[in-house]
Amino acid sequence: MAVATHGGEQWFRTCDVTGFKVDVRAERIAKVNAVMAVVSFLIAVIAALLLVLTRWQIIHLLPVDWYYRVLTLHGLDALVFWIIFFELAALVFGSTAFLNTRMSSPFVGWTGTALAILGFLMVNYMILTGNADVLMTSYAPLKAHPLFYLGMILFAVGALLIVSTFFANLMIWRRENPGQSLPLFVYGLMAAAIIAVITIVSGAIIYIPTFLWSLGIIKDIDPAVYKLVWWGLGHPSQQINVSAHVAVWYLLAFLTVGGQSINEKISRFAFILYIVAINVASAHHLLVDPAVSPVWKVWNTSYVMYLAVFASMIHAFAVPSAIEVAQRKRGYTKGLFEWLKRAPWGNPAFSGLMLSMIIFGFIGGITGVVNGMEQTNIIAHNTLSVPGHFKGAVVGGTALAFMSVTYYLIPLLFRKKIAFYGVAKYVPWIFGIGVAILAVSMYILGAFGIPRRHWDITFSGGPFTFTYNPVTDFFWALFGIGGLLAVVGALIWIVQVVVSVFFGQPFRGPQDLQIPIAEPVQMDEEHKGFAAPGTFVLVLLFIVAFIIFVALNYGWLSAMWEVR
Amino acid sequence: MALLPPREGWFHQKVAKDEKIWMGLAFVVSLFLFFWMIIWHVYAKQNPSFVTYKTTPEEFYELTQAFIEKYKVGEENGIPVVKPPPGSDVFLLARQFRWEPVLILKKGEEYRFHISSLDVLHGFSLQPVNMNFMVYPKYDYVLTFRPTSAGEYYIVCNEFCGIGHHMMIGKIVVEE
Repeated sequence: MAVATHGGEQWFRTCDVTGFKVDVRAERIAKVNAVMAVVSFLIAVIAALLLVLTRWQIIHLLPVDWYYRVLTLHGLDALVFWIIFFELAALVFGSTAFLNTRMSSPFVGWTGTALAILGFLMVNYMILTGNADVLMTSYAPLKAHPLFYLGMILFAVGALLIVSTFFANLMIWRRENPGQSLPLFVYGLMAAAIIAVITIVSGAIIYIPTFLWSLGIIKDIDPAVYKLVWWGLGHPSQQINVSAHVAVWYLLAFLTVGGQSINEKISRFAFILYIVAINVASAHHLLVDPAVSPVWKVWNTSYVMYLAVFASMIHAFAVPSAIEVAQRKRGYTKGLFEWLKRAPWGNPAFSGLMLSMIIFGFIGGITGVVNGMEQTNIIAHNTLSVPGHFKGAVVGGTALAFMSVTYYLIPLLFRKKIAFYGVAKYVPWIFGIGVAILAVSMYILGAFGIPRRHWDITFSGGPFTFTYNPVTDFFWALFGIGGLLAVVGALIWIVQVVVSVFFGQPFRGPQDLQIPIAEPVQMDEEHKGFAAPGTFVLVLLFIVAFIIFVALNYGWLSAMWEVR
Repeated sequence: MALLPPREGWFHQKVAKDEKIWMGLAFVVSLFLFFWMIIWHVYAKQNPSFVTYKTTPEEFYELTQAFIEKYKVGEENGIPVVKPPPGSDVFLLARQFRWEPVLILKKGEEYRFHISSLDVLHGFSLQPVNMNFMVYPKYDYVLTFRPTSAGEYYIVCNEFCGIGHHMMIGKIVVEE
């Protein structure tokens, strides 16, 4: 096909480390999106610091208006801009360099990038000038300035354009490589891209009428319809993350220890389950709302009979077992866990990968299911347990996975040496442990009834006052410590990335590689008996923790007032 | 291999024994959780209601005023205190930035709460029992409560409703 194979070899450089052909035009687009991701992350982290110091009532830093303003800023920069810009970079780079193929349309790629950046600037400007004190969810009838909604729409359109180049790139690759299967990493990205399309379309369906409403063209937005459709954007946008960071887990297992999924069919099947079932998760946010029926709630909040949870549990075995099998091939076969003990813990990408999986599974995953069950949501809804859950899932899971893989992107995508590489091995620990403490303490505070998005839980100025259980003081202190640790870890990482990318020494070839890339190991054709007994024990531990936590929550619930 | 196309014959490779057992177990747990929700919904005593009426802020305001007038027993900090008889309909109105009225209920009796908002979304967070529900304008959410413990309870607003959100706190007293 002329359209597919014709074109200048001048577009490509050959990577001297991996041997991949890299389309330089795609690389530039990926770089700009990655830089925007880090800029968003920086804003989010500074905002996070201010928020931790405000909610920790003994400091109570920000005044009330700035608290909600910074909270809006934090939500959108952390959960939307940082994550989606990073994913856009991954989609562009992943669908060209890793497939040895060319960028279908640099023009569309740049247009999308420009729109996304414009949207990002508008939204941030509107928030900081006090024109959008509506928090991330901007529930109607709270109203923001029209340019806030327009900014969100432009960002969504930009993102959608870049996602479309991803699919076009896959088509070119398909024509050039008939009959071949996608690499697993790109397959995971493809699942993320499909979920992204559904998500962004939901965003458009709700933001466009809301924009018209803010202009006065539409008279009325029904609050229940708004909330229903908005969550078609809100929660599924985090499912793009799940799919993307699981893809990154497979990539990191490969890069750090040479691990490969012990059964690719199973891993791919799990990604398909994500595409099929994960996006209905928007029901999580409507479980204690009027207007939707219990059948709708139960079916959707369970991701269609927990098929997406099932998929995550498949990955929870597949990724660590890939590591275990590779390590055993290297000769670390003693007992159940020698493979884990002798793993490259000094490699920040490896320790980041492990912490990301543990925090995502044990904290983000388990609490997510409990928060999302029809009845136990009564305990968790709009308390600090909700942000506690997604601190575990998105910050400990996604952000940490993305931070870890960045240590490979600096040399391979940006062609720079990593600045202060000696510090890198501490970053996942500082950040990961900080986030874990933060998430757990928030979850517990929520279980004591402390609300999220609340400036003053002493209710100053209110007609009554209420004092939460004094035990919460201890968890507020933990919350502060965890939050500060996480901020320190994130800032070190940001400084490393910025110094490397903008002021770093050039990366001249394999001899400059600081972070090791493992040799792949030869896999057996068939497994006799247990392939990964250590992993099997670990996942059993997970399932026990999971069931205990579900049981505890239903126990608490049964002691409450009766309600129907 | 995550970065290269899968090797020859990947589609027909047998699944390892431990992965097979794990998948079976994970699937059973998933199904169990799903059916657990349904069983709880049918047999247990704590379930989010789905009874909802369409209303308007004006209509709901009228209904609440009529309810307050009928059962009013006093006033506390400028908010009317109301003691409805057991088994009756109770109206609770949320607006920026207060809950009204204050309610006096009897332990062990059932009350049919109607909760709605005059302006934006609010959150009904009953403390310290920690039960949380959403409150909408234009929707009358009907929740039938049976208080199982006596004492003073507070309604914290836990959905952001504007600059005075933190001042929005109401009260329910449950008598023996």
